[in-house]
Amino acid sequence: MSDVFVVNEKAYRTKKILSNVILYAFLVFVAVIILIPFYWMILTSLKDANVMEEIPPLLFLTPSQWKITNYTQLFQLVMSGERRGQPLFPFFVYMKNTVIVSLITTAGTTITTVLAAYAFARLNFKGRDAIFAILLATMMVPGEIFILTNFLTVAKMGIITFEQTFYQALIAMTLPFMTSVFYTFYLRQTFKQVPNELYYAAKVDGTTDFGYLIRVMIPVAMPTIITIIILNSMGAWSAYVWPAMITMKDEYRLVSNGLRGAFTDAGTGRTDFGQQMAAATLVTLPLLILFFAFRKQIMRGVSRSGIKG
Amino acid sequence: METKNNWKAWLYLAPMLLLMSVFTFYPLINAFIISFYKGYMPLRNTVEGFTLLGNYLVILKRPEFWNAVKNTFVIAFVSVPISIFLSLLISTALKSIPKLTKFFQTIFFLPYVTNAIAVGMTFAVMFNKTYGLVNLILGWFGITAIDWIGGTSNWGTQMTALLVFTIWESLAFKILVFTSGMQNIDKQYYDAAKIDSASKWTVFRRITVPLLSPIILYISITSMIGALKAYNTVIGLFGTKMGNPSYSMITIVAFVYKFRAELASKGYYSYAAAAAIILFLITVTFSLIQGVVAKKRVHY
Repeated sequence: MSDVFVVNEKAYRTKKILSNVILYAFLVFVAVIILIPFYWMILTSLKDANVMEEIPPLLFLTPSQWKITNYTQLFQLVMSGERRGQPLFPFFVYMKNTVIVSLITTAGTTITTVLAAYAFARLNFKGRDAIFAILLATMMVPGEIFILTNFLTVAKMGIITFEQTFYQALIAMTLPFMTSVFYTFYLRQTFKQVPNELYYAAKVDGTTDFGYLIRVMIPVAMPTIITIIILNSMGAWSAYVWPAMITMKDEYRLVSNGLRGAFTDAGTGRTDFGQQMAAATLVTLPLLILFFAFRKQIMRGVSRSGIKG
Repeated sequence: METKNNWKAWLYLAPMLLLMSVFTFYPLINAFIISFYKGYMPLRNTVEGFTLLGNYLVILKRPEFWNAVKNTFVIAFVSVPISIFLSLLISTALKSIPKLTKFFQTIFFLPYVTNAIAVGMTFAVMFNKTYGLVNLILGWFGITAIDWIGGTSNWGTQMTALLVFTIWESLAFKILVFTSGMQNIDKQYYDAAKIDSASKWTVFRRITVPLLSPIILYISITSMIGALKAYNTVIGLFGTKMGNPSYSMITIVAFVYKFRAELASKGYYSYAAAAAIILFLITVTFSLIQGVVAKKRVHY
């Protein structure tokens, strides 16, 4: 009797170990697939012209083969054509623009959504639920529909001309993105969790609604607000269509716009992969740094956006 | 005490509603109006009359529009189911190793925090015929180099590359959402299954998927909407030429932008508007269909 038990125990163990091996192998395989593009991006960016020509391409480089020539070339000035006198890839200019746009839209979005979420969560007024439902419905509409008219609206403001200044470009890039239905919804959920008793107690103490928002609601909802700030700031890195549409000068654009097309030689039509990947690495790096610095907040915010939907 | 702050509440809402009236509600209505204009010149703001379906008929007659619809539908109907299935599988696997979940979750999330253009360019290098990683690996298995996205590539190879890139990019969000969702499933269901010695596949099919179905449905709707709007991935992978031959990988959104850019051509802005409205109607239809399916199939 005890023999049978031992045999079963052994079989069970072997089975468990085997299934664990398969499990880990599968997860490691997926992890490799996910990481490969990052690896290939950085690897290619470190290949100089000679290594680049190796066929089949080198999978690994020894540290002595790492070359930063692609990176230095990005900052060399273009000798001819439209962009004469500018760096091949004006990363720091694009980066500065992106950070400025990101700061402005994030400040705007945070203020407008905090105020609106407070009204939806705490205050009573006619048509509150109807308006909220209409706002939520707009999230289903593809943004491409808005862009057509928004372009004309901004053009009518007279800020999309050949004499466009950086200040005008900034207004055009940020103004339509100063609020967000989704973040309002997200914040409203957090605000709603604050017990009503606190509000009435504060009222009895003579605190105004605005005072209550500033002194109670915002501090309580700070983790959510920080998540919103981080997620929204990252948005500017992916902005591609709108900035390209409304900026009239190359030096006003954002990182995504500068990436595509800049590395194809007009004469030969050949793309310099090394330079291209160096630029891609430069653009991706700040995002990854931001991610590792605020991993918890970012992942929590994003996962909540999927669950509460 | 609470009804008194009626007008004050509007003060709190004012900034958001003002911005949205100008940049969301008005453009939504105006898009319909533009799509009914005849001979519209957007910058001069001149119109030669109205037509109910004229602009829609013009684009429906263009082969390029149908090509865009085909590409968009292939992207949506292939990438969304595959990425949902894969991310469910990966999330289930993650659930069985509670100790390392965080570590793997972080790795799997990385594609979410990147830039579609930068990564698209990287995939273009990886799918390059001569210098790419994909052909290098296929070569190990004796497969001769394929021109995926270059000058001699065809629709099938380009679409394959685009789908691989799209799925790679879209896994991150789904894995994160599904793993968080699974953590909320009551453990007693799994314990009960263990007592009945149900197989892993049965547990996956009979417990995980049904109990996760509200989240799966929500994710399928949002990813479907996202996939129908595919654009940045196409630009990232193929550049502004959008494929070989040019525009062969055009999507509906790309079609909208292509015609929008023709500001000086009479009526083109209306074609762009009509295409955008069609995209809107397609999105709404899918959301409604999925909503109906939800009523019948989703367990709450």
